[in-house]
Amino acid sequence: MEPLNTLNRRTFLHRSAIGIGGLALGALLGKSCTSNSDETGMAGLLPHFAPKAKRVIYLFQSGAPSQFELFDWKPEMRKRHGQELPESVRMGQRLTGMTANQRSFPLIGSRVDFRQYGQSGAWISDLLPHTARIVDDLCIIRSMHTDAINHDPAVTFFQTGHQQPGRPAIGSWLSYGLGSANSNLPAFVVLLSRGKGNIQPLASRVWGSAFLPSIHQGVQFRGGADPVLYLRDPGGLDSLSRRNMLNMLAKLNEQAAREFGDPEIHARVSQYEMAYRMQTSVPDLTDLSDEPDSTFRLYGADAMIPGTYAANALLARRLCERGVRFVQLYHMGWDAHFDLLGMTSRLAKDVDQASAALVTDLKQRGLLDETLVIWGGEFGRTTYGQGTLDENYGRDHHPRCFTIWMAGGGIKPGMVYGETDEFGYNVLENPVDVHDFQATLMHLFGIDHERFVYAYQGRRFRLTDVAGKVVQDILA
Amino acid sequence: MGKKRYITFSKMRWLGGGLFLLGALVWLVNFRSAVAVAGEQIPETVDFNWHIRPILSDRCFACHGPDANKRQANLRLDTEAGAFAALDSLGTRFAIVPGNPDASILVQRIFTAHPDSMMPPPDSHLSLSEFEKKLLVRWIQQGARWKQHWAYLAPKRPQVPDAGDWSRNPVDAFVLEKMQAHGLAPAPEAEKDRLLRRLSFVLTGLPPTPEQTRRFLQDEAPDAYERLVDTLLASPAYGERWAMNWLDIARYADTHGYQDDLPRTMWPWRDWVIRAFNSNMPVDQFVRWQLAGDLEPRATRAMLLASAFNRNHKITQEGGVIDEEYRIEYVADRTNTLGKAFLGITLECARCHDHKYDPVTMREYYGTFSFFNQVPEQGFVPNLETPRPYMILSRADLEQELPFLKNHPAFAAGPDSIRQMIMRDSAGIRKTCRLNRGQYDQPEEEVPLATPAAILPFDTTRFAPNRLGLAHWLFAPENPLTARVWVNRLWQEIFGTGIVSTTENFGVQGALPTHPELLDWLAVEFRENGWDQQQILRLLVRSATFRQSSIIVDRHRQLDPENRWLARGPRFRMPYEFIRDNVLASSGLLNPLLGGPPVKPWQPPGIWEELATEKTANSSRGEFTYVADTLPGKIYRRSLYTYQRRTIPPPAHLSFDAPVRDNCEVRRMRSNTPLQALVMLNDQQVLEASRVLAGRLLSDPALPDPMACISRAFERVLTRSPEKRELQELSGFFNTEYQRFQERPDAARQLMAVGRFPQVEARNPAAQAALMLTISLLYNLDEALML
Repeated sequence: MEPLNTLNRRTFLHRSAIGIGGLALGALLGKSCTSNSDETGMAGLLPHFAPKAKRVIYLFQSGAPSQFELFDWKPEMRKRHGQELPESVRMGQRLTGMTANQRSFPLIGSRVDFRQYGQSGAWISDLLPHTARIVDDLCIIRSMHTDAINHDPAVTFFQTGHQQPGRPAIGSWLSYGLGSANSNLPAFVVLLSRGKGNIQPLASRVWGSAFLPSIHQGVQFRGGADPVLYLRDPGGLDSLSRRNMLNMLAKLNEQAAREFGDPEIHARVSQYEMAYRMQTSVPDLTDLSDEPDSTFRLYGADAMIPGTYAANALLARRLCERGVRFVQLYHMGWDAHFDLLGMTSRLAKDVDQASAALVTDLKQRGLLDETLVIWGGEFGRTTYGQGTLDENYGRDHHPRCFTIWMAGGGIKPGMVYGETDEFGYNVLENPVDVHDFQATLMHLFGIDHERFVYAYQGRRFRLTDVAGKVVQDILA
Repeated sequence: MGKKRYITFSKMRWLGGGLFLLGALVWLVNFRSAVAVAGEQIPETVDFNWHIRPILSDRCFACHGPDANKRQANLRLDTEAGAFAALDSLGTRFAIVPGNPDASILVQRIFTAHPDSMMPPPDSHLSLSEFEKKLLVRWIQQGARWKQHWAYLAPKRPQVPDAGDWSRNPVDAFVLEKMQAHGLAPAPEAEKDRLLRRLSFVLTGLPPTPEQTRRFLQDEAPDAYERLVDTLLASPAYGERWAMNWLDIARYADTHGYQDDLPRTMWPWRDWVIRAFNSNMPVDQFVRWQLAGDLEPRATRAMLLASAFNRNHKITQEGGVIDEEYRIEYVADRTNTLGKAFLGITLECARCHDHKYDPVTMREYYGTFSFFNQVPEQGFVPNLETPRPYMILSRADLEQELPFLKNHPAFAAGPDSIRQMIMRDSAGIRKTCRLNRGQYDQPEEEVPLATPAAILPFDTTRFAPNRLGLAHWLFAPENPLTARVWVNRLWQEIFGTGIVSTTENFGVQGALPTHPELLDWLAVEFRENGWDQQQILRLLVRSATFRQSSIIVDRHRQLDPENRWLARGPRFRMPYEFIRDNVLASSGLLNPLLGGPPVKPWQPPGIWEELATEKTANSSRGEFTYVADTLPGKIYRRSLYTYQRRTIPPPAHLSFDAPVRDNCEVRRMRSNTPLQALVMLNDQQVLEASRVLAGRLLSDPALPDPMACISRAFERVLTRSPEKRELQELSGFFNTEYQRFQERPDAARQLMAVGRFPQVEARNPAAQAALMLTISLLYNLDEALML
């Protein structure tokens, strides 16, 4: 293997305008770039400085949860329920087409009660009783804002740094830059679940590698018997026959390698071996039968049902334990244009216990320090109602402020960051935009987002495009 | 930094022998000797285009380049006048003083360690290597001769170098010259069977039929190969193969691409493309019809249909979007596609500011944008509506003008007419403004119709002020890019890598051509032969260069690991479509029906359901379930007909680097991953093909024993006979598995239950299962995936 590595690496570095492309090679050959020690040896280019986080679990709340029913307590809105949003607050800013033609913009006071919790005294709604108990582990950012006002561009923006398709996902960037710490599993894994809400579709491009090599695509793990596409051997083929076949395949391929002198053939042989190892390691990973009862008490009974958010949260912990760098969950259904309270309550119930359990579990296992956990959607929801103010009202998309939380991995715990105005319409203090969020995430991995670039079509692309500042205030 | 210095000093020690440190420092300051740094030799003569502009562009243009708004110190290094202009009003200070590095401010600034004055500045995160600094110094020393960027000068036909005995045509003469200059010699000709397979794939995307193989291997006539080339070019599969390539470029898909991602009807346009390639339509016409068929005088139905090219971009149906925001995206998409597909230039960089590297101003961008800004269209299109403008294809069209659509069951059983998006211009002219930061809601001054003047100004006395004029502008003889970009892509498709390896970028940040004279010769040949693609392909595949063996000897691996100097034949991983089509063709499953609506072959169940919206929400919210087709007329079709859903692409295609068709793509990556291995090992279609071929061979009376069956399967899958050793190994594998399946007849039956193709009752299930597994192994061989 060694001469091949050297050769390929040399040509790879030679070819790449910036040289950082060499980093990808370990992954291409199915070898860990970083081994288990997480020390990147690849040309010494990454990380740029000592990382705080080694892994990330991103609990994406797809559809955009309402901050007003969960995190951003606005007593003033209750008082003014039904009154018009003052024009001085809106300042003519653009609205989505859903409500742009509404004649009236009545404020909606939240019907959910809030209380203060923990030493930080953070306000959390009664819909999130489990999250409330771990507030001192969280950094709650109430001043997130985004440029996008619709789901497709907003999710794409959060995940790729650009609203229009065509850029790599955050997980692909990290896979490319840092490689995998487990040679039997992909570096970037995606898990999906669906709540009983208003589901907006997802495009698989939001975990795509775009112009980065396709080895850095997110690999979707699924509930059920076939956790990775094409993983399962066909019925009737036992493991001995599979092994025989792979042995013969390797033998004939190696013979061809000698004849053709093409190092790519060796690489192919090692990819087949990694595929074979995945056939064992993935089912082992997704088989929860080795988890004690206490795990299911912690995550909730849903964790026993494959494909639920709770089961995925538990899988995320198992993936992290095995060194997977980026675990991306999506829970779909938060888009409460109607049935605000019903939908938000159901979705909150889906995710509250398991999200809190995950943080607690990681902490108990000593993994939280090096694992960044992120919880949040693609934008927020409006302070004013959509539809008439009967029982079925909802909230429209709101990009100007919303709440996410982060925990572990170098983030300051027990903190509430940022402030919104009394109507929850604009950010008053410490705004964090999507590129800032991404720059901060990269920073936690020891990466300077301005220097982590990939040359494509003559341009140096980066996750944060041409913007982004690290939010120093929330770093531990 | 420390590491670099160490290398420099150690090299100096090696060079200077007895030089002591002070001497070394003096030498370093004087930059006088030719030195090797990190293994690279400073060339005797430094060439601006080859050595200098790539450095200036990559490291300096961001602040000293075409973008006037970001230009620092009033210095621009992208033009000759700018680079040699005085830096002060007195005319005493110059960035570059030809012949005098010491007096050149540029040299001072790149060598200083002072953070306030060093170039590039520390906060740019850019730096120059010692080698690059020395190149700059030597270039100035040698008189700082400036040249225009090669790609913006129209190609002239260069003289063909003296051809050696080896050469079969001018291509070889150019290749041989470079090859020899790099110390290499041509490889021997590939074996006949391997060459046949290579040729068949590059021209048609399919393996040769057994009959073609037999005939060619027996044909001893001196022109056997040339006749084979003509046969393949005339085969209908040729049009499908080049359409497959064109669909990437045209960003073709069967859905709209955002949010609910509803289906659209674009396949009649795709069938027009196949038809156009198969009739070897001159490329200027092919492109003109697609860009502006609707504007042609007396536009025919076929011309209108061709113009659908411009509507292949994504279209949003997400409720709540701002109409104009998306309409602008569509216009930008068309503009960017023009740049990438035909000009090999990153026009899109000038959408938000003047281009940072290439001579394209923002005003020129919007000037080009305005050609595509005249469409009576909407940004937001409600679900289930066909986006305007569209044409209605009726039965009468099929009878009269578009007979190639006629034979389709879609029309036989389906509706009397279908709506197909096409291109139109509105009656009046929509004024186009420069958009600040590219934003739809920040219009600045109005801009006139224009093209980037550095490529070729748009002369309205010569070209009509619309897309038709633009198409003529593309094919004007002085246009420096169109012909080069096209032949370069053909070269890439045949040899694996373009003469300009960055097929998508011929600009100053792109790669330089390895064979500039050859590229220009081919470009001029293409222009002068009436834009005849097949004639260029003939030149390429009939060349001795193409016919070389692809065996890599040690010398190649050392001197030219990437085969840029072409001293061996091409060998690269094929696109997924070729790989799957080989599986279908070699097993006899392939249905060769040409064109028609997209098909849905088997894919792992459940993928769409996990991503799409709820089925119950509203039936107009898109397709919730992937309902795989079942008829042989659909599931065994060539892969270019597989349904392309943009937001949830077919997973096997995705694993093998097929683009998702969000944007124009002119070059595919070729990665090598474990997920590809899983696809080839466990995809039902590969297993089904293995089963069907095994059954057919075992019931073939001409094949007396399993060994003969394995040998025949090998020939079918790889277009060559197995070596004796290979056959022995495979027989050994077969026998082991045969014995194991004999002990487990249920397992054999279970294995063979895969796929829809009827299973003839196997006389010997254990033998068939073992042969099936052996064939599946063959499909997984590196050789089966490689050209």
